Amino acid sequence: MNANQLPAKTRAARFTAVLATAALALTGCAGTTENAQPSNTIDYWMWDTSQLPSYQKCAADFEKANPDLKVKITQYGWGDYWSKLTASFIAGTGPDVFTNHVSQYPQFVSLDVLAPLDDFKDIQGVDQEAFQDGLKDLWTGPDGKQYGMPKDWDTIAMYYNQKILDEAGVDPKEISDSQFSPEGGGSFEKLVAHLSIDANGVRGDEPGFDKNHVKVYGLGLSNAGGDNAGQSQWAGFAATNGWQATDQPLWGTHYNYDDPKVQETLDWYFGLSDKGFMPRYGQFNSADGVLGQVTSGSVAMVSDGAWMNASYISSDTKIGAARLPKGPDGTSKSVINGLADSVVKSSDNQEGGARWVAYLASKQCQDVVAKAGVVFPSRTDATNITSKIYAQQGLDPTAFTGPVKDGNTFYLPVTDHGADVTSLIIPALEDLWANRQPASTLNGTNDAINNVFIK
Amino acid sequence: MSSSTNYRSLGAAKRSRASKQDLRLAIIFLTPAAIGFLVFLVWPTLRGIWLSFTSYNLLTPAEFVGFANYERMLGDPVFWNSMKVTVEYVVINIGLQTAIALIIALLMHRLTQSTLLRGIVLMPYLVSNVVTAIVFLWVLDVQFGVANQVLEWIGVDKIGFLSSETWAIPTIALINVWRHVGYTALLIFAGLQMLPNDVFEAAKLDGAGEFRSFFSITMPLLRPIMALVLIMTVIGSFQVFDTVAVTTGGGPANATNVLQLYIYDVAFGRFQFGYASAMSVALLLVLGIITFIQFRLTRAGSSDMN
Repeated sequence: MNANQLPAKTRAARFTAVLATAALALTGCAGTTENAQPSNTIDYWMWDTSQLPSYQKCAADFEKANPDLKVKITQYGWGDYWSKLTASFIAGTGPDVFTNHVSQYPQFVSLDVLAPLDDFKDIQGVDQEAFQDGLKDLWTGPDGKQYGMPKDWDTIAMYYNQKILDEAGVDPKEISDSQFSPEGGGSFEKLVAHLSIDANGVRGDEPGFDKNHVKVYGLGLSNAGGDNAGQSQWAGFAATNGWQATDQPLWGTHYNYDDPKVQETLDWYFGLSDKGFMPRYGQFNSADGVLGQVTSGSVAMVSDGAWMNASYISSDTKIGAARLPKGPDGTSKSVINGLADSVVKSSDNQEGGARWVAYLASKQCQDVVAKAGVVFPSRTDATNITSKIYAQQGLDPTAFTGPVKDGNTFYLPVTDHGADVTSLIIPALEDLWANRQPASTLNGTNDAINNVFIK
Repeated sequence: MSSSTNYRSLGAAKRSRASKQDLRLAIIFLTPAAIGFLVFLVWPTLRGIWLSFTSYNLLTPAEFVGFANYERMLGDPVFWNSMKVTVEYVVINIGLQTAIALIIALLMHRLTQSTLLRGIVLMPYLVSNVVTAIVFLWVLDVQFGVANQVLEWIGVDKIGFLSSETWAIPTIALINVWRHVGYTALLIFAGLQMLPNDVFEAAKLDGAGEFRSFFSITMPLLRPIMALVLIMTVIGSFQVFDTVAVTTGGGPANATNVLQLYIYDVAFGRFQFGYASAMSVALLLVLGIITFIQFRLTRAGSSDMN
């Protein structure tokens, strides 16, 4: 879920959507008061089209069990979603319940637009012990209240092009067995070098490799990772090198981009593009993401998130998944993240909304979602169903469940001022990749970020 | 005597009644435009200036903070970078655009009367900014773009037109030159048509060549038109947004983060409408000053034609 990888056209659409917001806001035409009587229709918003069918099925089942309520699902693309949502909060036309993301919800908490879930009777009936560990913590605010009901989860793995690996004589197991080291790159860099091929067919670990005319890159990249703290790019490498993004795992108030541990990782990581093992900035259209790089055969492997599984599976190219390489601390680490459903405070039917949220987290609905094989549902029993489906489709599910099983997951930074932080760190990280600045330049950016928290 | 006074006062009364009627008519005709002006221009401008002194996130009421937003602006490196990037864009954009437009206008004026040709020259201007930007985004793509394919045939290495720090702003400036040059040329062309023919004939008789008559007659006489064209295009150029938003989104690393884009991001990405308003007011001031200087330097208010 990456806002920076949007095709240009959605970016333009988002722009027009926001213009409409601006017109509303500036002319002060904000909000007609809604009917005092609670409406029996629950407006539910989401952005992922591939999940829409499963949730439509859940809605139908829910309506059958609750004849007094109707669910109206609206889907907007990720690019329009957040600006439409904000506009609707201002205009008082927002949804009752919506799919939420950790990079956005702290802002909504501080703007006081989300209803804490703890007080609803229906929510109290949800067995949250059945969820994958840690998901509930992700959605617990700084005040200790819960602002989202976990609906799914994702981790990061290495997706590889089977044909390129076969031609290189590389067993996929070698990826997860390899070790990365910020000094010299370790056996992982050797593997990446071996998988890189220049225009004359010379491999990256052979003499005479032409790094300026590369046909196949060992490792793909389409975004420097500023918008989600390197989630699907370098966060795993930095974590196994001992880095933590903020002073507290959740709701920290101090960022650590000045830590030498992350800086040496980034110098090594983006340095791969100097050696011709990874694309340089702008080499590929960033809007296409890493999916296009690996499926087109321009790149041997890419790290990406489990939410993309269905897209990799449905590609014509045979794609497999392996765990991320190990690092200095001897483990392979991955971000764990997940989406959740939130109830809107200004909703005219919070109780009904909460009942729908509780149903979305129930075994019935989660099993429906699990069988669609699009995401890992938050309930552990439903996760097993999805795992089986992925295994049948040829994508090793343990690449994603492995980090959860052996406890090698960590969170994205969930903090206040998220929008300020990303605005500052996105260009700074792009500078490392595009202009190959040393990672020590992040010290200034880190100070600027931490200044936002002092004010 | 008295009769003439009578007559005069009668006339005056008539006149004043007539002018009263004129006034009423004028008010009736002016009201719709005035309402539009007040509601859509004066009020938003005043409100924007007021917001620049507040902290405002759309969802909670604005809170007065004095000059805090302006202080922040003066110390904000991203703002100054945006200013620099915008000026770089304007210089390239306006410099090339005006020069090329002048040449096209002269060619149209001297060589052809074809309306079809004038239509073709104007065509890029009829395409929307976003469409133009998307088409060029594809043409200039590093992997699949036509432009880089051609470069490869010539034997030149691929260029990241929109992804390299050095190329991105010149590329965006040129994309907009392509779009606006026809329109600018047409404005100048209209000015050229207004120039009296006799001075050129006189110059010819005195033995002045093409270049001499261009620099000594055409350019001085065209000055008020050029001044108008420059003032209009410079203002438009400072407000560049859509092309950048579509092609680079401000990257790489703020290299194309023009002022309008930064204002947009601060307002709609970070919900800091107070700070965004302060930067908008700064842009308003800068444009006001530049327009004033241009006006004075080019003596746009007077003409050499009399």
